[in-house]
Amino acid sequence: MKKKESVKTTTKTTYQIPIGPIHPALKEPVMFEFEIDGERIIDVDVSLGHVHRGIEWAGMQRNPVQILYLAERICGICSYSHPIAFARAVENACDIEVPERAEYLRVIHGELERICSHILWAGVAAHEIGFDTVLFLTWEMREKALDLTEYLTGNRVTKAIIMIGGVRRDITSDMVPKVQETLKYFKDNFEKLRHIFLDDKTVRLRSQGCGVLTYDDALKLCAIGPTTRASGVKKDVRVDQAYAAYGDLDIDYMTPDVLTGEVNGDVYDRIIVRLLEVKQSIDLIEQCLDKMPSGDILSEPKIPKLLARVKKTAGEGIGRHEAPRGEVIHYVKFDGENDNPYTWKARAPTYNNILPWIPMLKGEQIADIPIVAASTDPCISCTNRVTIVDNDKNSRYILNREELHRMSIEKTRRLMK
Amino acid sequence: MAKGLPKSFKKALWVYHCNSGSCNGCDIEIIAALCPRYDVERFGIRLVGSPRHADVLLVTGPVTRQMVDKVKRVYEQMPDPKAVICVGNCGNTGDVFYESYNLVGPISNIIPVDVHVVGCPPRPEAIINAVAKAWVKLETLEAEKR
Ligand code: SF4
Repeated sequence: MKKKESVKTTTKTTYQIPIGPIHPALKEPVMFEFEIDGERIIDVDVSLGHVHRGIEWAGMQRNPVQILYLAERICGICSYSHPIAFARAVENACDIEVPERAEYLRVIHGELERICSHILWAGVAAHEIGFDTVLFLTWEMREKALDLTEYLTGNRVTKAIIMIGGVRRDITSDMVPKVQETLKYFKDNFEKLRHIFLDDKTVRLRSQGCGVLTYDDALKLCAIGPTTRASGVKKDVRVDQAYAAYGDLDIDYMTPDVLTGEVNGDVYDRIIVRLLEVKQSIDLIEQCLDKMPSGDILSEPKIPKLLARVKKTAGEGIGRHEAPRGEVIHYVKFDGENDNPYTWKARAPTYNNILPWIPMLKGEQIADIPIVAASTDPCISCTNRVTIVDNDKNSRYILNREELHRMSIEKTRRLMK
Repeated sequence: MAKGLPKSFKKALWVYHCNSGSCNGCDIEIIAALCPRYDVERFGIRLVGSPRHADVLLVTGPVTRQMVDKVKRVYEQMPDPKAVICVGNCGNTGDVFYESYNLVGPISNIIPVDVHVVGCPPRPEAIINAVAKAWVKLETLEAEKR
């Protein structure tokens, strides 16, 4: 990733400002090291591992139904994506059929989570460039999505809706009007969001031509999700593998040229892709409501029977799902004697999307770090604190996130003058 | 609002949020409490960027090994009188991660906790209620000092 030596050769001076290694807002603990020359970033290093809770190890002591709850708590924002990927892996290993209605319900919940997550992201991105009014506006919209989630699943954040071989709750015909009402609310407000993010001068100034990820780099570094689609790479598990009910639905890759006719791979394009995907998700949920067949929602309602089946299985399975941030993959292996997995491995999308930060950030200004890092929607979120290595002065000091945020706002002001 | 609170508060309450390895569920609910629907800023409750400015510490997460000294340091940096709120089951008991090898929590093993909020994640209403309870403690401490 980056040569540690270059950091070591510089001498520490009195510029060290070590303010709180932990910090506020939605960000999780993670640390970066940037090497800069004046205002320009030369190199970047990322260090992770502060949130290691030994989840995979804990999962190996439990049975698949218990693991669903564990998988849900890998990340509170993707609390649907991990359990569904895990359930699909188990279904794949044990040859469990999922009823057709459940496949449609899975799509509905998945797309609802995508709407929630992208709107949340839009607010965070606006906050990073000092546009807090938009943060509040988007989070107010997000509450509507949470209301619907609570109505359909019973919970706001951790949904506990997925079960191996189906889903836990049905959407009955008397629940449909409420779903449609919320979708209508989003459609009505979509134009407002689009106008703020795509036409506003401030947003354009800060996002166009900034944090570029080229098509080749996106392929080479295995970027996934909206990050790679914004660079023009057509990659989306929902289309490529057409799992659940996606095969029956009208769905295509969302790349920025759908709207603008060109691909630049900058932060602006990543905003476009996410907005287009919100629209696509609304459309997908509507299609599902139309086409959903009637029938069972769970293939095996008796949990002991299900577990007995898992116990007899010797083999491995893979589950893929297109989470809001990109593809999530779960792998499980059963040994045929126990109902707890012999191995469980989860790969979250942010792992792939961290390496692309390096080409995105190289050559950018310090004040652009927050928005560029946020543009990939990192799940182990964002700039914990930044060590600046100034090549000219041969000095090293640490910036905390507030200062970074302040610099970002100052840059917006400068550009507006 | 919690019992024991005077009709008008003597000062606004500043809150510092510290993530000790949580799953983000509690963290987004804390932000949701600050956003228009619940809007705690109208009571003078504000999230601040440094523990040195804060009256109340909100801790989420089960405290991973790497974060222990950091949580302690944040706590020590806060000026007295202070109150600590542990948000979410995983900080209170370990929750689904309870048997993991990399946890040092629950948080009450590391720093004294005044208010425990249960739920995984708790609703924003519960978090606001907890902050109001911490307020009572702070007002009592202030009154004793005088
Ligand atoms: S209590 Fe639950 S929702 Fe909150 S951080 Fe812990 S695991 Fe996540």
